[in-house]
Amino acid sequence: MAITLSSDTVSSDTVSPDIVSATLLVDPVARERRRRLQRRQVLTAAPFVLPGLLLVLLFVVWPLIKGLQMSLYDWNLPVPSRSEFVGLDNFLRAFTDPTFWVAARNTALYAIVTVPIQMILGLFLAVLLNGKLRGRTVFRALFYLPVVTSWLVVSFVFAFLFSDGAGPVNFALVDILHILPEPIPWLHETWPAQVPIMILGIWKGVGWNMVIFLAALQSIPNELHEAGVLDGANAWQRFRLITLPLLRPTFQFVSVVLIIGAFNVFLSVYLLTGGGPQGSTEVLLSYMYNQAFTNLDFGYGITVGLLLGGAVIGFGFLQRRITRGAVD
Amino acid sequence: MVALDAVKPTSRRKGGQRATLGLVRWRILRYVVLIVGAAIVVLPFAYMVGTALSPARWVMPYPPTIWPENATLDNFVRAITEAGLPRYALNSLIVAVVAVILTLVVSSLSAFAFARLEFPGKEIIFGFYLVTMMIPDLIALLPKFQVLRDFGLTDSWLGLWVIYVSNAVAFNTFLLRAFFSRIPKELEDATRMDGGGTWTFFLRVLIPLSKPALATIAVFAFLGSWDDFWWARLLLQDPELRTLPIGIQLYFNAHATQWTTVFAATTLAALPEIAIFVALQRYFVNGAYSGGIRG
Repeated sequence: MAITLSSDTVSSDTVSPDIVSATLLVDPVARERRRRLQRRQVLTAAPFVLPGLLLVLLFVVWPLIKGLQMSLYDWNLPVPSRSEFVGLDNFLRAFTDPTFWVAARNTALYAIVTVPIQMILGLFLAVLLNGKLRGRTVFRALFYLPVVTSWLVVSFVFAFLFSDGAGPVNFALVDILHILPEPIPWLHETWPAQVPIMILGIWKGVGWNMVIFLAALQSIPNELHEAGVLDGANAWQRFRLITLPLLRPTFQFVSVVLIIGAFNVFLSVYLLTGGGPQGSTEVLLSYMYNQAFTNLDFGYGITVGLLLGGAVIGFGFLQRRITRGAVD
Repeated sequence: MVALDAVKPTSRRKGGQRATLGLVRWRILRYVVLIVGAAIVVLPFAYMVGTALSPARWVMPYPPTIWPENATLDNFVRAITEAGLPRYALNSLIVAVVAVILTLVVSSLSAFAFARLEFPGKEIIFGFYLVTMMIPDLIALLPKFQVLRDFGLTDSWLGLWVIYVSNAVAFNTFLLRAFFSRIPKELEDATRMDGGGTWTFFLRVLIPLSKPALATIAVFAFLGSWDDFWWARLLLQDPELRTLPIGIQLYFNAHATQWTTVFAATTLAALPEIAIFVALQRYFVNGAYSGGIRG
């Protein structure tokens, strides 16, 4: 690290890089000059780098390290010094805690259902909006509206739509469409509750997918499609054989962002069901929160959060390996 | 499916008559699908606003109607007077504006160093930022809360700003660095010829040229702060400091079935978000890449 010279500094010294690195090793004067240059670089860069770096170290990295430590304790939030060391008990407990696995299952299910549906609908809308279309900006804005509205607001709206008895959704399904014989208490039963939670996630995310796919579609050169037309490919063939393969990096990017986002599902669950009944609709983050602030078991809550963090990081590495494998 | 025909309406084909007919049919179909889709997306908002406009003595109407018969603004008045909305909104605004300023300052300083300066450890720190970018903020909600307590930053807006800015540094550095790197070296050389140093170049040349990128960051910093629920909820115990999402949730907890007033409040809370979005749409498209991680 110390000996690598950037091209900038070398050119400013107007000496060839070979000579510099050769003399650096032997010549004390050159080494001194190099040290002085570095000191100048550090002094120049410090005011730019340090505010951000300090914030990241203190409030991003340090809490993670501290979290690892706290997960080994029965943590006492009001008086941390009274925390009792319990070793790996919190981790062992998680593996035998049925509600933890329910929360993990619900989180995974949320990702498995909402991610592909969002991507397909988003791509579908992007294809519809691609090319000349009157009112495109208006459509794009309308589809993006749920993305910019806060989770708190839209969660309340969905709690209303899916409310018991004569809520709008029950009304539509029972009295208009006659699909259901009687209203469903959507927010108060384990499996029905997954429906509003997932529909909310999809509804809120589609617009973002649309914008990303639209940008990707617009970056595909028209000549490729013209060549496809000349070769006699129909629209579907052109889409499947030209467009889709070119969208591959976009699919990768979007799926990573969406899966990490899905692991983060929290406020919607907290506001729609609160994790109930009996913890059966908990997701990992809501379980973490409830353990810490309802059950007052801070150390265990932290452990749940760390396990989720481990899953996210593990997934990130896995994904990188897979995509790298695909490129090779 | 046939979208690509529309991309190139003039593409060469035989039997122009039939093709034109197909094109017209495709265009109509496309509009029908888009309008139906937009209606589905907008419907929840329509219910929210419609309910907010309903008369005060309100029970869930049967059949559920979107637009009430005697529309009134009473609920908005109640949300403002009873639910204490103006105070919460003012708090939210102050928190968000300061968060935007701090985010812009710290992020642009940081990105400049990684885009235009040389210093030992540069690659290592940048790689380290890329790794931290991947870890979602809420996973460390509890240890961060403990760390903020250790620093005495609970029950203050300072704690919120510290969290918002520190969460944004890595990603914004990444985003802005790309933008800053594209500014031609000649401009830097010209600044030096005129006797200007690093700071002159940064403040007088680079920042003014980077307004679109900075605007994107500002928009997302604002919305991130305006929307934030968990940090505001954990940190702000003093009622005087509470922000809008907390105020709305407290009101909801106290009057759960009063959907009319709750929705008047959420409508008012959503208005700035929607207004910013409509006014600054193009920055949203630029910043969409960060939007997915939001919330």
